[in-house]
Amino acid sequence: MGMDRILVALSGGVDSSVAAAMLLDEGHRVEGATLKLWGGESDSGCCSVADVDDARRVAQQLGIRHHVFNFGADFDAHVVDPYVAAHAEGLTPNPCVECNRHVKFDRLLHRAEQLGFDAIATGHHVRRVPLVNGGFGLARAVDRAKDQSYVVHMLGKAVVARCLFPVGELTKAEVRQRATALGLRTADKPDSQDVCFIARTNGGRRTFLGSRIPLRSATVVDMAGATLGTTDAVELITIGQRRGVGVAMGERRYVVDVDVPGQRVVLGGIEDLRADHVLLGQLSWVDAPAHDDEQVLVQCSAHGDPVAATVRSGAQRLEFNQPTHRVAPGQSVVLYRNDLVLGGGIAQRG
Amino acid sequence: MVSAATAYLDHAATTPLRPEARAAMLEWMGDRFGNPSGSHTPSRAARQAIDEARDVVAAALGATAREIVFTGGGTEALNLALSGSLGARESASRSGGNLMVLTSAIEHDAVRNAALALVRHGRITHRQIPVSRFGVIDLEVLRTLLMDGPVDLVAVMAVNNEVGTIQPIGEVVALVRQHAPGAVVVVDAVQGAAWIDMAAAGLGADLIAVSAHKFGGPQGVGALVVREGTSIEALLHGGGQERERRSGTQNVAAIVGMAAALRTTIDKRAEDMVHIEQLRSRLVDGLVSAIPGCTETVPRAHKVAGNAHVCIEGVESESLLVLLDDGGVYASAGSACASGAIHISPVLEAMGIAPSLALGSLRLTLGPASTDTEVDLALTVVPAAVARLRN
Repeated sequence: MGMDRILVALSGGVDSSVAAAMLLDEGHRVEGATLKLWGGESDSGCCSVADVDDARRVAQQLGIRHHVFNFGADFDAHVVDPYVAAHAEGLTPNPCVECNRHVKFDRLLHRAEQLGFDAIATGHHVRRVPLVNGGFGLARAVDRAKDQSYVVHMLGKAVVARCLFPVGELTKAEVRQRATALGLRTADKPDSQDVCFIARTNGGRRTFLGSRIPLRSATVVDMAGATLGTTDAVELITIGQRRGVGVAMGERRYVVDVDVPGQRVVLGGIEDLRADHVLLGQLSWVDAPAHDDEQVLVQCSAHGDPVAATVRSGAQRLEFNQPTHRVAPGQSVVLYRNDLVLGGGIAQRG
Repeated sequence: MVSAATAYLDHAATTPLRPEARAAMLEWMGDRFGNPSGSHTPSRAARQAIDEARDVVAAALGATAREIVFTGGGTEALNLALSGSLGARESASRSGGNLMVLTSAIEHDAVRNAALALVRHGRITHRQIPVSRFGVIDLEVLRTLLMDGPVDLVAVMAVNNEVGTIQPIGEVVALVRQHAPGAVVVVDAVQGAAWIDMAAAGLGADLIAVSAHKFGGPQGVGALVVREGTSIEALLHGGGQERERRSGTQNVAAIVGMAAALRTTIDKRAEDMVHIEQLRSRLVDGLVSAIPGCTETVPRAHKVAGNAHVCIEGVESESLLVLLDDGGVYASAGSACASGAIHISPVLEAMGIAPSLALGSLRLTLGPASTDTEVDLALTVVPAAVARLRN
């Protein structure tokens, strides 16, 4: 490869900075684009003014053209509004997954093609790998601790063909070394964390959701239905949660069920949190779907450990080989064959 | 910007420095220097330079030299006009009552956000004066608002920065004097000074703001006319320069550059306008005929000569501007998309332009140095870019 025209999504972080530098090294014609996604208050993540400044300065340092694209309307419609609506229904969404699904890849790729680019690149820690039947798929990053294949699992083969993930081949330490060697200003910048459109200061998620939907109280009960107390915002409670329910919980009490319409939260022990299966909806596949009865590894949250499961009913049902933590409805569940991303879906109730 | 390969069509954003301004400035960027507030020979020379510049700017704006306050640009001048005059009213009334401010719905952010900041601080109530589909202030609504209760300040721009519409400042002043004689009239002439005779147009206004880089002067310098009898409190406190209204050592080079640019602009205006009007008409007519779904946003009769503004169906300005840049055509979408999640320009929204159309807005603004070659380039590059985006 070489001399392709590539648009790198420059977030203002170290990974995308190094991705751009690597592609330049390989001889591509590289330009950078920073996406303005969120106009509201935020103190972290990928769309603050300070990050746009960092991205622009990195582009200047690399001598590449820098664009700023305002995809705020798409971000509101596809990420923020559904995030709020999901909480109102008692679901636990992955906004980063939806942002990648609708904005970072779909929208940016379309824009890049309009402008005559051959491909886009991002700083995600994921590897693009050749598939046995041709084309490219996705695999876990070299740096397992930083692997982000979970949040890009929804990309189809046709999209992956036009995406590059240069830093997926490096450890985070190597990324930082390269950035330092190049003198990039982002070399020591901390990793972004949390939901980028919610400011951690000023009340975080409670303030954010509370200004958009009514937060309602709920009765907290034990497995037998006995009332333990009340919590003031059932929309903020997630299955598996151990703290912040507003009831003094013993050592081993977890949220095992959240019923938003019924305004009821059930607490139980770790054994009550176990589930032997998860139901999936909105399935998507990188290439061919997983086969029924196939043994796969599944990851049920952004930083969760993979667990073994058996595919049933076209992956609308996954049966865990060992009982595991119940998956909060709304979470993305990603299927792997060893390191290869097969696809995933959204955990359903039941 | 006369080059075969590029067309600078963003004069409403900033203009190339006029040679006369450059020459005047260079005098103060070498051997000549001096703090205008001092008493020795170099200081007196600097003082004389800004005094002479003050006379030029005053004459251009229909003011006396004492009425001119030099500032660090148009935004500062407008903030001083709003906050400074309202601050003086608050001090005088001592009741600390909430003041009523009317601004047009298409004011530049320098006015809009200055007003919103005053609202946030609980100092004013802010009402907007709507505009017509052609981006011209609705005088009947203004009359109603003025008659509706005490009004303290009315701000209306002379020329809109996005669509180039000329506002009826004379009528605004007359209405305010008739219905709210105590109110202060602020005129943002940042876009107007290059195109219209502000000495005539601004007659009777209390505060008039200009910015040098919109008429061939340097960036970072502007002026505010503070009419005799209009009270104003300084925003910047310090050595008491500019008759206590704007402290800080004056930027001598920039001020003499602004005066030289303004004098040249006025001297050559009649001739420049004919030339620019011809170029603009050829540009707009060419775009409208070459691009299906391309419409002129406002009829030319309502606008200054240098502004071409079109809306193009089925394209996004953000993409279009990248392709124009690739083709050497330097343009703008207006002032939208600068920040936040709002895509649609508030100006186009106030004019009632459909969002689908406003998303494809394109502003091409010409100046005295614009050429036929640049228009030719734009007429080649813009239709090709639109065709590519629609493909």
